[in-house]
Amino acid sequence: MSIIDNTSGQIHVHNPKNKIKESTGYKVFTVVNTIIMIIISFLTLYPFLYLVSQSFSSEQAIIAGHTGLIPEGFNIDTYIYVITRNPIKPLPQLFPKLAIPEFIVYYINTVIYTLIGTVLSLFFSSILAYPLSKTNLKVNKFFSPFIIFTMYFGGGLIANYVLILRLGLKNSMWGFILPMLISTYYVILMRSFFMSIPKDLEEAGEIDGLNKWGVFWFIARPLSTPIIATMTLFYAVMYWNNWFNAKLYLQDKVKWPVAYFLQTIIRGAGASDPDAQNMTANIKSCAMVLTVLPIICVYPFIQKYYVQGMMLGGVKE
Amino acid sequence: MGNREDYQHQQIAEWSPRELTLRQRVSKDFRINWQLYVMFLFPVIYYVIFRYIPMFGNILAFRKYNPGGSIFGQGPLTLKYFKQFITAKPFWQAFSNTLILNGLYLLFRFPLTLIFALLLNEIRNLHWKKFVQTVSYLPHFISMVIVCGMLKELLSTHGPINDLIFKLGGEKISFISLAEWFRTIFVASGIWQSLGWGTILYLAAMSGINPSLYEAATVDGASHFQQVIHVTIPGILPTIATLLILDIGGLVGSGGAFEKVYLLYSPLTYETSDIVSTYVFRMGVESGSINFATAVGLFEGLINLVLLTCANFVSRKVAKTSLW
Repeated sequence: MSIIDNTSGQIHVHNPKNKIKESTGYKVFTVVNTIIMIIISFLTLYPFLYLVSQSFSSEQAIIAGHTGLIPEGFNIDTYIYVITRNPIKPLPQLFPKLAIPEFIVYYINTVIYTLIGTVLSLFFSSILAYPLSKTNLKVNKFFSPFIIFTMYFGGGLIANYVLILRLGLKNSMWGFILPMLISTYYVILMRSFFMSIPKDLEEAGEIDGLNKWGVFWFIARPLSTPIIATMTLFYAVMYWNNWFNAKLYLQDKVKWPVAYFLQTIIRGAGASDPDAQNMTANIKSCAMVLTVLPIICVYPFIQKYYVQGMMLGGVKE
Repeated sequence: MGNREDYQHQQIAEWSPRELTLRQRVSKDFRINWQLYVMFLFPVIYYVIFRYIPMFGNILAFRKYNPGGSIFGQGPLTLKYFKQFITAKPFWQAFSNTLILNGLYLLFRFPLTLIFALLLNEIRNLHWKKFVQTVSYLPHFISMVIVCGMLKELLSTHGPINDLIFKLGGEKISFISLAEWFRTIFVASGIWQSLGWGTILYLAAMSGINPSLYEAATVDGASHFQQVIHVTIPGILPTIATLLILDIGGLVGSGGAFEKVYLLYSPLTYETSDIVSTYVFRMGVESGSINFATAVGLFEGLINLVLLTCANFVSRKVAKTSLW
């Protein structure tokens, strides 16, 4: 029997062939397979380990061609430098004297955008996905194609850009958040999940006097932890990682998210920050490690949910 | 409601008494479901403003845009901008690069992902399997900025790859600024990013295969390898088909390619790296040729739509599975 193990999020197939004595060929295969998996895991992790090693190495060691996975000339000075360099004034009107190192400002911006964006995205995606999941609702004959069509055809970069400028969202947090507020693909995943909630439970809620919002909030939502955890991760990662909307719409440095700051120092030439030209490899590595750290710390713990969540999207109705 | 069958069908679906008129039925439906319609309200307004207005904003491909003027342009419709880019050399370069990069990427990524999923499925130790999966999902969550930042470090002249080449007695190569290396870098890094994540749907499909099929195959004396060929692969064929349609439909699209190309390319490598979406960005946002760039973007979007529709049609006929 094939099962989905809810505690680990693993998909495993109990295979009857286990009972049969394994042939020599299969034993050889198992060894080869293990070696392949070790190589793949190592190659996947290598760039991260290299980055960490560089961030703790001294500048001289890097210039001299140190390329190992163990830091050479170990120091944490680069980290201290990155998080203290170049103070800027985040709120010149309110606190004219307040100056915070720029990396901290960008990091706080990213946290703010991610928190606000994720909460709003979750709410609006679910109040769209929930009524869409009601197959007996007549309007869905129109609304489903209306929503899904936007996955296959859209306005393109320029028309969106012109729209945001026209709405006066340039240089505001909303110019960063609103263009990606609702992701159609995620709405479809959520809709599939909501469809799997037993109708009896919702009907029982209505009989007990809940209205549709009440059923949504007190019955559907608590039953939807897996998809909500998945969507929280996906949306949070999306906001955390986005640099392009910032490039298009945020001019003031005090509003930049950290991903966009990274883009300016990584692209180097043509960067708006003259310092960016002088960013050494260990400084870049530090900034990247600090930015990627929260994601690495969070995603493994939600794995059991997102594996399930992605599977729903693959099941066609 | 002229159609008798239609009418009966609705009756069954709604349990509405025969004597109710359309208007009464609508108002009854509204009384029951108005709270669900309220839920729709904001998201639908959002879709109109942020998805459909830009879609109609594509009319800028045919009408002149004045900064500060209407986002739908003004003046008569014209094909001028289409003619401009159809005859522009950089456009065709970008167009063929888009096809080549997406095509190569698909060609390598698709079979590799499938093989990786089959190999993962053979791992019996569940802790080891979970570890490999967790590690292989990691790159999916990493910002393209960081992926490209890492690539630049790894490929720089003081980086480990050049170090290895040097130790083996070769000449150091400045990968990032050489046009002939761009495709390799693009495809290889893409596989690094997507290999693990791409297996999720395959593994899900494999877990759905009826175990009695394996038992039957074993009884018939099928070897392990034969079971994979005759049971596992046929079992996940619909998934393979669906994913392939999506990929083929995206051959002309920019998808995730825009960010990576934008972060890695430079005028030195345009001949192999410039794709339609980066061309649109340069022309529209950086040089301000809004109309020209919209025309190029619309052309790309339409080809993409046609390609996806065709792939979907073929898949429905051949593999009996489709996106819509």
